[in-house]
Amino acid sequence: MTEPLISALGIDQSFPVGAGFLGGPRRRLHALRGVDVTVAPGETLGLVGESGCGKSTLARVLLGLEPPTAGSVIFDGTDLARLPAVSLRRLRRRFQVVFQDPAASLNPRMTAAECIAEPLINLTDLSTAEIDARVLALAASVGLGSHLLDRFPHELSGGQCQRVGLARAIAPEPDLIVADEPVSALDVSIQAQILNLMLEIKARMGLAMVFISHDLSVVAHVADRVAVMYLGRIVESGPAEEVFARPRHPYTRMLIGSVPHPRPPPEGGRPLPKGELPSPLNPPPGCAFHSRCPLADNRCLREVPQLLPEVARHRTACHRVAEDATEGA
Amino acid sequence: MTNDSDPILDVAGLSVRFGARTERVQALDDVDIQVRRGEILALVGESGCGKSVTAMAILGLLPKRTARIDARRITLGGTDLHGASDRSLRRIRGNRIGMIFQDPMTSLNPVHTVGGQIAEIVRQHRGVDRRTARSRALEMLDLVRIPDARGRRDAYPHELSGGMRQRVMIAMALACDPDLLIADEPTTALDVTVQAQIMALIADLRRDLGMSVLLITHDLGVVAETADRLSVMYAGRIVEEGTVGTVFSRPSHGYTAGLLGSLPAEGKRRQSRLAEIPGAVPRLSDPAPACAFADRCAYVTADCRAGVPPVVHPGPGHRCRCIRPDAVYADLSQSDIVRAWQ
Repeated sequence: MTEPLISALGIDQSFPVGAGFLGGPRRRLHALRGVDVTVAPGETLGLVGESGCGKSTLARVLLGLEPPTAGSVIFDGTDLARLPAVSLRRLRRRFQVVFQDPAASLNPRMTAAECIAEPLINLTDLSTAEIDARVLALAASVGLGSHLLDRFPHELSGGQCQRVGLARAIAPEPDLIVADEPVSALDVSIQAQILNLMLEIKARMGLAMVFISHDLSVVAHVADRVAVMYLGRIVESGPAEEVFARPRHPYTRMLIGSVPHPRPPPEGGRPLPKGELPSPLNPPPGCAFHSRCPLADNRCLREVPQLLPEVARHRTACHRVAEDATEGA
Repeated sequence: MTNDSDPILDVAGLSVRFGARTERVQALDDVDIQVRRGEILALVGESGCGKSVTAMAILGLLPKRTARIDARRITLGGTDLHGASDRSLRRIRGNRIGMIFQDPMTSLNPVHTVGGQIAEIVRQHRGVDRRTARSRALEMLDLVRIPDARGRRDAYPHELSGGMRQRVMIAMALACDPDLLIADEPTTALDVTVQAQIMALIADLRRDLGMSVLLITHDLGVVAETADRLSVMYAGRIVEEGTVGTVFSRPSHGYTAGLLGSLPAEGKRRQSRLAEIPGAVPRLSDPAPACAFADRCAYVTADCRAGVPPVVHPGPGHRCRCIRPDAVYADLSQSDIVRAWQ
């Protein structure tokens, strides 16, 4: 196995909430609990789960944007939490981010060219002339016509803004891109353009990627490996092909079963997902999924299941699946 | 479910233009839409294609000062909506037409309980007393399967989850037994699991109440699972329409084909290149007298720019504005999605 490019080990992240202006008890929201993820160089890890499951918090922790309450993030051998701010800034050249809403994440007072040049000015030692040349080359590589470079974000379409966002992210030639819902705000026809572009850039630059999306068909298409999150924990992880073809955790099955397909619906319809995501402020004890799980038994109400390796890097945190596997053996 | 009886909603030749002398935008151009009784018609297209403007025009909600609406006919169960006064439109909205929108939080009043908001609608339109309205609210919350409806009746919107709020919106929309429900992207802001629950609820209510639904969506998966018929809209025009089975098994417009091709669905090799629709949606300020999709179409010929394509019928009940429907279909006939429908 190759050394991971980035690994997050035992990540806990919690935030104080409550005690608003009406008072009330102060509580802690546990956004992440004991999360381990690794990404190998050149690999795409897909993160899926319902809103509020901790996907974006994990992204921010991986990027060193917020230090975790517990655990460590190691990027290419360096522990981000122990790094002084100056060195973190220097290291940041190597991991970049692409956001969901391209129009909101670009500075409205900068032209497309200035947006793309900004990371080059801040993170590299290139001369002005070199930067201008790089901006042109970057724009070309993301399919952004040079006539658009003098425009401001509000004069660009959503797809064009996301191309600027991508050009900005790849400008300092990073090793890792964290993309948080990069195509969710785009129309279907534009979504395909941006996904193709991301796959092409990834292949050309040998980038590793963390690809966060609530759209399972998009993740199934781009990811090499996938991690499914539920209320701050990873409940299943493994090779994307394997997880989508043979999901093991009941939650993964429920998620995959909820995606509407442009195909004739099965006779009698599909089984409906049960319930809604419980409040992360007050997650159910034991396996947090037990309140919606068709397989839950007494043990699930008491014990938190561990993420256990089964077949070939495919791991599942479920008592019932683990029992089945033992019986089957 | 569908029949050829009089449509409950009949829109013919609807055109909407915005703006004054300087810059005109032709948002809709000669749109025909019929929703039959008991049917779910999906209006499909990308942002800015005119789906929501269509709904607003039907409801008489477009600003009179800037929007110019022309139509041969907009009728709801025989009642003329196009020439109706503001006063009678106000009586129709919320009473004979129920509406739900994408984001339930912005459509609900944050300082009133959800039960109170449902009751108010009933009181406004039906003139019943408080007690009757309040029990109607409870009945509606039960109908949309809100667990512990009695307890939730006095909850404020912020105390409910996104899915529950959308259920409340549906309860409000149906409180006066409308003839038609207009649902504008009702699940776009929700998680897939909740989306599946809400769409199943809408389908069940249609079955149990014989409700007619105009479902505005961009998601072809949702269309395939819920709708009976669909109308595909592009740049303010309906480009293809028919039953879900006919359109998916015989896509005949380049745009429909492009939408189907660009989906990262199962059956496509992982990380393979998705078929993309090049370019972007055209500006509607100067519509050319041509097929609006010509610049992005994989099947374009010189004739496509010679005029607005006439309506052709690739099959019974299947209408399409394309001069090369056979070429489009020939190209797609072997695709996974199309074959699944044959």
